[in-house]
Amino acid sequence: MQNSKIILTEELVKRFPVGGGYFTALNKINLSFGKGEFAGLVGPSGSGKTTLLNIIGSLDYPSEGKAIVMDQSIGDLTHRQAARLRNKYLGFIFQTYNLLPVYTVYENVEFPLLLLDTTTTERHRAVLDAVEWVGLTDKLKSRPGQLSGGESQRVAIARAMVKKPEVVLADEPTANLDAANSHHILQTMEKLNRELQTTFIFATHDEKVIQYLRRKISLEDGTVVNDENLGNEK
Amino acid sequence: MLKFLVKGILRDHHRSRFPILIVSAGVMLTVLIHCWVSGVLGEMIDTSAAFATGHVKIMSRAYAENEGQIPNDLALSGVGSLVSELNQDYPDMTWVERIKFGGLLDVPDSNGETRSQGPVMGIAVQLFSENSGEVERLNIEKSIVKGRMPRQPGEVLISDQFAEKLDVSPGDQVTLMSSTMYGGMAMQNYIVVGTISFGVVAMDRSAMIMDFTDAQIVLDMTDSAGEILGYFENNIYSDERARRMVAAFNMKYEPDTDEFAPIMLRLGEQNGLDSMLEYISSFIGMFILIFVAAMSIVLWNAALIGGLRRYGEVGLRLAIGENKGHVYSSMLLESVFIGCVGSVIGTVIGLGISYYLQTVGFDISDSLQNVTMMIPSVFRAHVTAQAYYIGFIPGLFSTVLGTALAGIGIYRRNTARLFKELEV
Repeated sequence: MQNSKIILTEELVKRFPVGGGYFTALNKINLSFGKGEFAGLVGPSGSGKTTLLNIIGSLDYPSEGKAIVMDQSIGDLTHRQAARLRNKYLGFIFQTYNLLPVYTVYENVEFPLLLLDTTTTERHRAVLDAVEWVGLTDKLKSRPGQLSGGESQRVAIARAMVKKPEVVLADEPTANLDAANSHHILQTMEKLNRELQTTFIFATHDEKVIQYLRRKISLEDGTVVNDENLGNEK
Repeated sequence: MLKFLVKGILRDHHRSRFPILIVSAGVMLTVLIHCWVSGVLGEMIDTSAAFATGHVKIMSRAYAENEGQIPNDLALSGVGSLVSELNQDYPDMTWVERIKFGGLLDVPDSNGETRSQGPVMGIAVQLFSENSGEVERLNIEKSIVKGRMPRQPGEVLISDQFAEKLDVSPGDQVTLMSSTMYGGMAMQNYIVVGTISFGVVAMDRSAMIMDFTDAQIVLDMTDSAGEILGYFENNIYSDERARRMVAAFNMKYEPDTDEFAPIMLRLGEQNGLDSMLEYISSFIGMFILIFVAAMSIVLWNAALIGGLRRYGEVGLRLAIGENKGHVYSSMLLESVFIGCVGSVIGTVIGLGISYYLQTVGFDISDSLQNVTMMIPSVFRAHVTAQAYYIGFIPGLFSTVLGTALAGIGIYRRNTARLFKELEV
């Protein structure tokens, strides 16, 4: 499974205008990810891991080179096509959970499905499944304000997973959590990766996350300095 | 999706209750101010037309030049034939003759000696003619405070304030001392059958209302009148028609060089009303414009801030896979909803208060003690047809414009930047 490449970057460069010149955030990145990977982009702040995650997530465009996700070249996509790619194949998990505070757990998880062509029954089934995966069936009617940090992040995972995406991009998902909750979250994601064959790509410098990774890609100043298989077998 | 968005609007007070409150308040103020200034302006015109100027007024040229002195020695003669001619030329209009006069009102005691007396401003109108409509026009019957309407010659009404000052009650006899059209002394006894309050300060201070024929007799003004007032059908003033009429009438009498020849003036040409109305209209127009513009900016700004506050949510929705056009159109739809609801609520409240102020009015008589202009002492709002939609200009248009401008950021900003601003 892991041999079928669903994400590929070739000589990927990303520059941001700063003052009169440019700051190079990513410099000639060549990477590929197969289906079912559990990989992490690791490095200090400013190393380019979030920028790379944004480009893979079609939230940003490369300045040079190529980024191909699910056979679609990110640089060539229109806003609408990029939205469709995210909608259909990608899920996001954020450091600050980013749940919509006025909606219940059920509604937050249901939200991505409203953008897809699904029936009410299909949506209901999918939401219940996703909430069950993260063990929050008893919190369906709660609002984010009534949840702990760990529970909120589990809702965010359910929201990312409810449409069964090919890839989940997680940016510092444990940064706001204590150790126990971090492990719980990571175990949940690992379980989903194993059961649903979803590719997980993390941007992190948290050691707790790194110990769960099967592949660790180290970035420094926008370049890949190391890409190692950690041997954490499924 | 629509259901999902509606749930969000209803549950998020920052998106619903607060913006609706701001829009409602802004719209309510806009409607109220509009009705209030329309009412004040309209009432000033109506009062002036009813009591003093008519929609058009005919006097002798000499009388017109000295109108402020009420010079009855310069009054129009042969008014019977002139009125017949006017009725023939302008059959849809109502023409009424009036005499204004000054004098002294003396109240005798039981021995016939002066008990009290005071200067009186008399106005003689056709009290007993049903066709003239004067009783209704001056709202005489409804303005009676004590007593009743005069029913026969020799019966008069005086203003309630004046009656109190002279200690006169209905049924008391008073003596009017004035001068005739030819400069002789005029003296006549009348029975005060009622006291009256017009709500017009200049009239309420020392007015006396008598029948036109009574005044003709006592002032020796047979077939004469100080002025002939013309009123348009349904009492609605048309400046354009008034100008045409005045031009035609005055052209007809232009060859006559007699200073007693009639001259017609329209409402605006009298008492400096034109320049005052022009001044008030431009002031009110500017005031309403500035107010609507200010409210528009406030509401636009509120919508703008509301839109910017939601950049985080927008980022999340884009990340989840909603396209920019859909996010933008849903924000606009939401602002249309907020604008409509706020405008409807604001308009209803504004109209409610305006109706109340139209019925009850706002009494400013205490501040008008020495005013001699025909200004109503109770100002009222006037609910116009425009009041039903004027609030929607700032309420709906500005709200949607503010959101539209805030939403442009969705297109101008990089998706990743919006994504970074996630703080929902």
